Amino acid sequence: MIHRRKVIAGLAVGAGGLLAGCDRLNESEGFRGLLRRGEDANLALQRLLINRNALAREYRPDQMSPIFRANGTRRPEGEAYAAQAAANFANWRITVDGLVANPLSLSMDQIRAMPARSQITRHDCVEGWSAIGKWTGPRLSLILDAARLQPAASYLVFHCADTLDGRPYYESIDLVDAFHPQTIMAWAMNDRVLGVPYGAPVRLRVERQLGYKHAKYVERIEAVASLDALYGGKGGYWEDVADYEWYAGI
Amino acid sequence: MANDAIEAQTAPARIYRHRLATRLWHWINAVSVIVLLGSGLMILNAHPHLYWGEFGANFDEPWFSVSMVFADGRVPGWLTIPSNYSLSAGRRWHLFFALVLGFGLLAFMVASLINRHFKRDLRVAREDVSPKHLAHDVREHLALRFHDPKRPARYNSLQKWSYILVVFVLLPLVILTGLTMSPGMNAAWPWLLDLFGGRQSARSIHFIVAMALAGFIVVHLALVILAGVWNETRSMITGWWRVPEHRPLEDKP
Repeated sequence: MIHRRKVIAGLAVGAGGLLAGCDRLNESEGFRGLLRRGEDANLALQRLLINRNALAREYRPDQMSPIFRANGTRRPEGEAYAAQAAANFANWRITVDGLVANPLSLSMDQIRAMPARSQITRHDCVEGWSAIGKWTGPRLSLILDAARLQPAASYLVFHCADTLDGRPYYESIDLVDAFHPQTIMAWAMNDRVLGVPYGAPVRLRVERQLGYKHAKYVERIEAVASLDALYGGKGGYWEDVADYEWYAGI
Repeated sequence: MANDAIEAQTAPARIYRHRLATRLWHWINAVSVIVLLGSGLMILNAHPHLYWGEFGANFDEPWFSVSMVFADGRVPGWLTIPSNYSLSAGRRWHLFFALVLGFGLLAFMVASLINRHFKRDLRVAREDVSPKHLAHDVREHLALRFHDPKRPARYNSLQKWSYILVVFVLLPLVILTGLTMSPGMNAAWPWLLDLFGGRQSARSIHFIVAMALAGFIVVHLALVILAGVWNETRSMITGWWRVPEHRPLEDKP
């Protein structure tokens, strides 16, 4: 039995060593690079398995969350946003620029006048929780068709009015998700004008990805060829600040 | 080598028990499952509540919260990978090793069909479903006798059922429920949501199955220790397993 006790002690030490080893590996830039290859593999696999136009599930009204949890910025700081909110966002504009043939500056009235899509979808946070709500707004593809993307454009960057720890929030998606039928610029939620905690006056819905991709308080959509030169270079606020995956379909 | 030769004269037969594919997969899978358990518990810390159904967040009623087990509501660092709180690092570990687990299991299944490991070692025989035989098997386990002396190379019935449960039920379930949590895969394979009753149900089942796998590991390690840790470990490294001496074979050569 002494022998067995030694083995069990050895296993315990081994388990502790394993965790310490994992922590050490986690600090190693080379190993983190290897783990990041997993993100590339997951993106490639999902693009292979998922039809470009395969839809996220849409739910019935009776399946909606009784209370939809607001997350991230609940109210952008600064006087500019406060003044916009006080004016019911009558002066809010979304500019569409970058690699486009026809740059746009759209008012909320113009956006609300566009043909809208309504969808009851599930919002999945990277943390693990989910909430189901109804979103209404024009398809992003309508806006992009009007702006006429240049051939070099590969990503759409969403610049937001909110900041977290002093850094502006932004997000980006590629053209597959940008032209997906359920990718909309939502200005209404649960049949009411979009509230401030949920991204008023307009936010992105990109239904086949996790919540942090769904940029709120959008004031500019920029078409770019590469994400390298923007902010931290990783294509989004959380990607830059906390090393979240750029592809959040998983 | 000389020692081995002397031992070989006195010790009972050695059996080539585990083929290369089995051994390779065992160790790759062991590493993957342990990393996935640790990083999975890290991810659970980001929202330490589980729900049934499609949705579930702070305003909804969880059926399980980590605070039921750990008073501060967080899985402690000695159980998580990494040990400090980092959702992004936990996810990178988890989603990398999930690929290793999934494709490893697929490769093992193909190899085990080709080399007939499944057919020879895991096929359910009549005795494996006989209550009398199973009761006998339980008594033998309680007496710490794990091998039928007449057929030492065979898996005993409880062992067989454990491996069948892990290979054909728990691992596929943990992979499928994991995929069900992916919003991308939900669009590709919407039947996943119907199969598990919604994303939050899938997340709950994922956790329950993961705990069952952790339970398997504990029992598995305990039995390896009881059955003879060096003999068992060596057999999973070299393939060669020495037939236990405590019940010598009657027709010893």
